[in-house]
Amino acid sequence: MSGPVTENDTPVLEVTDLAVSFPSEAGTVQAVRGLSYRVGRGEVLGIAGESGSGKSVSSLAVMGLLPPQARITGSIRFQGQQLLGLSDVQLAKIRGRRVAMVFQDPLSALTPVYTVGDQIAEALLVHGKGRISRQAAANRAVELLDLVGIPHAAQRAKAFPHEFSGGMRQRAVIAMAIANDPDLIIADEPTTALDVTVQAQVLEVLKTAQEVTGAGIVIITHDLGVVAGFADRLMVMYAGRAVETGQVAEVYQQPRMPYTLGLLGSLPRLDATEKLPLVPINGQPPSLVDLPEGCPFAPRCPMAVDACLEAEPELSAVDSAGEHHAACVRTAELAATEAAAEEIEGVDASNAAAIEAAVEVFGAEVVQAQARDLAPREQRPTVLRVDELVKHYPLNKGTVFKRRVGTVHAVDGVSFEIREGETLGLVGESGCGKTTTLMEVLGLTPPSGGAIEVLGRDVSTLDKKARRAVRRDMQVVFQDPMASLDPRMPIGDVLAEPMQVHGLDAEHIRKRIPQLLDLVGLRAEHADRYPAEFSGGQRQRIGIARALALEPKLLVLDEPVSALDVSIQAGVINLLDQLKVELGLSYLFVAHDLSVVRHIADRVAVMYLGRIVEIGTVDTVFGNPLHPYTQALLSAIPLPDPVKERQRERIILSGDLPSPADPPSGCRFRTRCFLHTTLPESDRARCVGEQPERVGHGQDHEVACHFARSKQVV
Amino acid sequence: MLGFLIRRLLNYLVLCVVATFLSFTLSSIAFDPLSLLRQHNPPPPAATIEAKRVQLHLDQPIPQRFLTWGEGVLRGDFGQTTTDHAITEELGRRAGVSLRLFLLGVTVGILLGVLVGVASAVRQYKFTDYAATFFSYVVLATPVFVLGPLVKQVAQSINTATGSEWLQFTGEGPNDLSQLGWLEGFGERLRYLIVPTVTIALIQIAYYSRYQRSAMLDVLGSDFLRTAQAKGLTRRRAFFKHGLRTALIPMATLFAFGFGLVIVGGVFTESIFNWQGMGQWLIQGINDQDTNITATVTLFVAVCVLVSGWLSDVLYALLDPRIRV
Repeated sequence: MSGPVTENDTPVLEVTDLAVSFPSEAGTVQAVRGLSYRVGRGEVLGIAGESGSGKSVSSLAVMGLLPPQARITGSIRFQGQQLLGLSDVQLAKIRGRRVAMVFQDPLSALTPVYTVGDQIAEALLVHGKGRISRQAAANRAVELLDLVGIPHAAQRAKAFPHEFSGGMRQRAVIAMAIANDPDLIIADEPTTALDVTVQAQVLEVLKTAQEVTGAGIVIITHDLGVVAGFADRLMVMYAGRAVETGQVAEVYQQPRMPYTLGLLGSLPRLDATEKLPLVPINGQPPSLVDLPEGCPFAPRCPMAVDACLEAEPELSAVDSAGEHHAACVRTAELAATEAAAEEIEGVDASNAAAIEAAVEVFGAEVVQAQARDLAPREQRPTVLRVDELVKHYPLNKGTVFKRRVGTVHAVDGVSFEIREGETLGLVGESGCGKTTTLMEVLGLTPPSGGAIEVLGRDVSTLDKKARRAVRRDMQVVFQDPMASLDPRMPIGDVLAEPMQVHGLDAEHIRKRIPQLLDLVGLRAEHADRYPAEFSGGQRQRIGIARALALEPKLLVLDEPVSALDVSIQAGVINLLDQLKVELGLSYLFVAHDLSVVRHIADRVAVMYLGRIVEIGTVDTVFGNPLHPYTQALLSAIPLPDPVKERQRERIILSGDLPSPADPPSGCRFRTRCFLHTTLPESDRARCVGEQPERVGHGQDHEVACHFARSKQVV
Repeated sequence: MLGFLIRRLLNYLVLCVVATFLSFTLSSIAFDPLSLLRQHNPPPPAATIEAKRVQLHLDQPIPQRFLTWGEGVLRGDFGQTTTDHAITEELGRRAGVSLRLFLLGVTVGILLGVLVGVASAVRQYKFTDYAATFFSYVVLATPVFVLGPLVKQVAQSINTATGSEWLQFTGEGPNDLSQLGWLEGFGERLRYLIVPTVTIALIQIAYYSRYQRSAMLDVLGSDFLRTAQAKGLTRRRAFFKHGLRTALIPMATLFAFGFGLVIVGGVFTESIFNWQGMGQWLIQGINDQDTNITATVTLFVAVCVLVSGWLSDVLYALLDPRIRV
């Protein structure tokens, strides 16, 4: 590599006392306050924190990509050169050549009107004027696409972004980032918008990119699992400041700041063998407009004492080596709690002790799923039965003369049932048909194939009146709490509406609203407020209260926590758990996050391309997955435990989900199956020719694979 | 791509026929071309009126009349006016006059409108933006029969100040330029064109700049612009290469509507500047109770609107690879 020779101890990036503020109508927003960190050559620094913690803003400040109204002070040195105060033209020479960035949303990160190849070549041409010809840049772009794992790179380079899937677009963005062999790559939530299997692929590509370029990497994420396996060091941010930094393994095993501890405890664990309590962190992150004096986490911290409210603690070393820093006045007490937990758990390499300490500090409890005396599953009534459900969408062409040119097999023979008091988790990648299944169930109209039976009533026999009555017993909670409440309706009206529709009398409704608010942990006086006054977590609670207004027997939950920050998510999951026990509800829980499903569900159904490939109790499916797809899915999920995470062998699925308009013959998963490729010729023919049916493997466990076999994946 | 455009063109042909038929029917029902004849003093003999009736095909049912007229149109004959002039002869001259005015006005308007809109978006909430916004709202709120005379007034002052009569604002100028050289002919046309073109362009600038501003603002906040800068493009270059190019896409749709509005509003513009164009002809046709003129002008307007619609389809396909399928 050319350029000035740097001393080995000169960090690639050194940020000192960085502060970023924005003017807003409410006052000055202090997005980043006194942030200092350094990234060494080839080092991977993870920055973790919830939305609004300042993690993205601080990285955009490094790139000089903040909007002009941002006020930035402090120092940002890149290989010894001060970046702050450079003009746009000077910065443009560094951006993309020596510092590159990968953004969160690959769907919008590429300009829709230029081909992918042109956009990658542009990164080369803009920095290599006169030194690289157009043709050479185009050829190099193809090489780069090949490097990041795009098949048929030469052809695909001529495609436009809309012809690429999300995962492929993120690969293209990474190709762009590594085009000029940068010394630093900043990746801002690079996998958040992607499915887990694709996330695993993209993380793998990022690792390759680092090996090829030897660059330092800053990876920003809210997912403590992603950093556990990838980063060398971790910095946790809260309210615009670093609250804890250190080597990854150490921070996960001995967190010395209650916030980090809470974050770790709030994650549902895929590797849990028994149901562990989820730690909810009460309250909301503080407003960054007028921060109170003292530790910004103090109002949410179970360990807060008077000293915490007096002054904001500085980041100070908590170990003898001076590598682990935390900003907390009570680190010593935390260490003691952990030591005690370690005695119970036993000292091992995992971070079980830290989780145990979190549970203790935050006083979390396992919500007892079996508090009610439930009869054995077989004796309980069935609340929802879906039998060989089929939903096909026609693909039409032409406006005047419509003609059918194909069929999208969105759902193709899905069967499951939910018994009273039971939660079924329906999981799979986007496009697998889980939402279609849910919409068919909610629609209460005769399906195009198969049968749906709600509370013992076949929906195809329902007339208008009966359908309305059934609706009362089946309610829904939507994914996006921001969009699912009418912003012009006070909460009281939102809750009253379903009851009015079903003709309940006014007196009953008036009494019911405070009850409902109380049920979901809100206060009765909230009824007069508008949705805009609530945070995401609170709005989702309102959504749940609305669903409960009619005292339904079955709740259909469509990704109810995926839009929420982890610390908030834990509280909502606990609430759902508790409501199920108290009200005897049954849930159909649709999610892509398998950890959440493992925590909340009793049974789980894994969907792939419109079919259920594996179904059974959570413990059997997660403990002993038999279908290769389930195995791959589970293996793709990063564990928030650096030691375990680094020891795991990961199954990386190749490619994307095939189009449901043209599903593969025989077993639909065979095109991406790692098992299929290892089979002898005769067995492979069976995968191609014969669609596997669901076959029982022991108690309540069915797998649709001709060659199902055990594999350790978690 | 070509197939798509051909299919669109066929759809538009059908629409042209429908629009013309409706206009023909409406005017046939409403007009009574014989009333002028009857008002003559002394009244013409009944035979004369009857002869006129047959000559104008008024003895036939309306669909039949439309077919007869339409057949003529296909042969390039738009029929006769009630005063026995061939419409086809006049159509060419009038269409030339109108198109000269509108095409220039619209082209200048779109180009400047896009520029003003971009400037306004890039310098949002700064003086440029406020000035452009103020200008747009004032122009959009001013009816053309007020704006036109105002522009005339300004042109008059310029003439007075320079002591010349170079800027002309009445009529479209001499029809026959054959005795002038190429350059003189061009200059002569320009003298008459400038003032009405400015009037039309002002409205177009006001209209397009508003839309371009909001389209550009949408794009300025987009992720791909940030990606372009992260690659090493300067802010300015990213704005123009990635931002403007994308923000032009919605403008292609507006173009069709915008041009249609100008043609329809042309009646006023032509009257203000006393141009003998299509708009003025339409008014004359209505006064003379002349179905053929009305239908011909309608057909002209329909063709213009649909051609501009087709052009915006072409533009759209050129600008946006996502619809090129």
